[in-house]
Amino acid sequence: MTMKPRLAVHKFSSCDGCQLALLNLGEALLTLDGLVDTVHFAEAGPVNPEAQVDIAFVEGSINTREDVERIRRVRANSDFLVTIGACATAGGLQALRNLADGAGWLADVYARPGYIDSLDEARAIRDHVKVDLELWGCPVNRRQVVEALRALLFGVLPVEEKEKVCMECKRRQAVCVLVTRGEPCLGPVTRGGCGALCPRFGRDCYGCYGPSEAANTDALGRRFAGLGLVPADIARRFHGINSQVEPFLTGGSQWVAGDDRST
Amino acid sequence: MTDQHELRIRVPVLARVEGEGALDLTIRDRAIESLQLRIYEPPRLFEKFLEERGYHEVPDMVARICGICPVAYQMSAVQALERLFGVDPGAHIRAWRRLFYCGEWIQSHSLHIHLLAAPDFLGFDSVMEMAKTYPAEVRRGLRLQALGNDIIALLGGRSVHPVGACVGGFHKLPDKNEINKIKATINACYDDALALLEWTAGLALPDDRQAFCCVALQHADEYPMNEGRIRSSAGLDIAAEAYEQHFEEFQVPHSTALHAGLYGQPYLVGPLARLNLNRQSLPPAVRQALDATGIAFPSDNMFHSIVARAAEILFAVVEALRILEDPPDPVPSRVEVSPRAGTGFGCTEAPRGLLWHRYETDGQGRIRRARIVPPTSQNQARMEQDLKASLEGFGLQRDAAALRLRAETVIRNYDPCISCATHFLRLNLQRREP
Repeated sequence: MTMKPRLAVHKFSSCDGCQLALLNLGEALLTLDGLVDTVHFAEAGPVNPEAQVDIAFVEGSINTREDVERIRRVRANSDFLVTIGACATAGGLQALRNLADGAGWLADVYARPGYIDSLDEARAIRDHVKVDLELWGCPVNRRQVVEALRALLFGVLPVEEKEKVCMECKRRQAVCVLVTRGEPCLGPVTRGGCGALCPRFGRDCYGCYGPSEAANTDALGRRFAGLGLVPADIARRFHGINSQVEPFLTGGSQWVAGDDRST
Repeated sequence: MTDQHELRIRVPVLARVEGEGALDLTIRDRAIESLQLRIYEPPRLFEKFLEERGYHEVPDMVARICGICPVAYQMSAVQALERLFGVDPGAHIRAWRRLFYCGEWIQSHSLHIHLLAAPDFLGFDSVMEMAKTYPAEVRRGLRLQALGNDIIALLGGRSVHPVGACVGGFHKLPDKNEINKIKATINACYDDALALLEWTAGLALPDDRQAFCCVALQHADEYPMNEGRIRSSAGLDIAAEAYEQHFEEFQVPHSTALHAGLYGQPYLVGPLARLNLNRQSLPPAVRQALDATGIAFPSDNMFHSIVARAAEILFAVVEALRILEDPPDPVPSRVEVSPRAGTGFGCTEAPRGLLWHRYETDGQGRIRRARIVPPTSQNQARMEQDLKASLEGFGLQRDAAALRLRAETVIRNYDPCISCATHFLRLNLQRREP
């Protein structure tokens, strides 16, 4: 009998919503139990945070010194490390504090290596250790997690979803809320994977899946200005759930008062 | 001779009240010398992020406080902001929101009963292990959890961080086909909910009677969920606006999550507190099913919380069917909102208990200040009080493993947003001879 691949689910600073992609699987949760040996998944029960595993799912951002030590151990103990969700992949909503700390955040916060170990910032997993696969979304959904897991169990890399929410809108024949209603929709710069959820609900996408491929945030920001949004509002559009990742970071920062590119 | 056990129970990962926590227990001469449930929450600073944001951004942001109860955060927020702006979205929106909330109660309670709490009472470490011995019961639980998720997704697009709710109503309301489909699903789960209530009442729950003060909303016409006055078992009866005059949050040195007190004393929020105060408001069918369990409510046994949760699942199923019997109007899905400066209060019943919000806005509806008091913060002092009483009643002479399991069971029973982390409890027992 061959051994089942070993799986761990680790949590850092987060709302727990991405782990629910597994806990909400229903019957498939029991199927999963037949496919992998879940050695660490605190919310579901098994606790063995230092176990060697084949696949580690990581939720949440790095906020404390102990988090830093812990993620390094997780990395050392895991063959394949997958971040699940916006907090782990991009810092999440709590990383907005990175923008608020200090007066000179605009120019220097992003690339300063000395901040990496700071307790004052929320950081993505990739800022601390090598990540093998990133699943975007706030939250990730069941399909994304199961697809990734299935692919990895077959020994292949999952196909990365990078195209824009706009493409999902078209395929699902949703009416464009930006063109028809002038809503400040982030769909043109946001990665798909959600199924164009917000436009299909008649509202603007707020970018919870992070930046798409070839995201032109400059042009979209100017379009928002044309819709009547004031610069501070445009900045806040881009500085939401995935504020720390480019081009959302610059796409928003250039509209913050005092930056000459906003004129 | 001094008989000192030094017990350190560490919780390195806490959910929602994220971060690091520990239970520090010192037993000396067969008495608890000190007991502290410690929570170290790396601050996520939600109240700060909200400042300067437009009112319309609030529902999407506050949802992210908790992946398991985002609806509750959205509902307290929209209520506070609508009251602030003097907007009443109408009876049909109120009904749709109640349905939305029913979904979350069903989902959250089912998850807690099956994945977090029941394994304690049946001697398993996880639901996966439990499923090998109780496959039908676990599948029933997963079906109910899925039902809750489906109801949330009906109105929110997805069950975690739903996108449908807004100040003034919903971005979109379901059509006839969607309504008929969900009605069939709810109907199919009615028997599951009934059976679950009976099953939880039959679990070997510890008999652990304690005196505690219950706090919950109360409403003249219905079992409280979306609105009501704040009542306590000691006679408190106030509007949400008056919360701060009676309740205070205070910092304790061993926790970065604030504690809350009612006139400085611990109190209980959540399903048992709600049921103890509002049993008379349950629909007859639910009340009869509850009476048939043979457990009398109000109950002073904290471990009856799991039965209260199951009763609320049945209630939410019955309530969802009542709402959909003659579905509320699908239009208008939202009403226009004219922002104004002021202060607004919102208070609803999250699955884990009272969730209180206060917002101050400027004339454009931008948030100037926000304050949010979540249920787990309110229950923290009560949890410490319970741990002390429960462990003393259990017997402090017991071995470390037994004490640890009892402590874990007590903590999980509150369904704190640290539920997942309490599985982390590690007990280091040191016996020191003088």
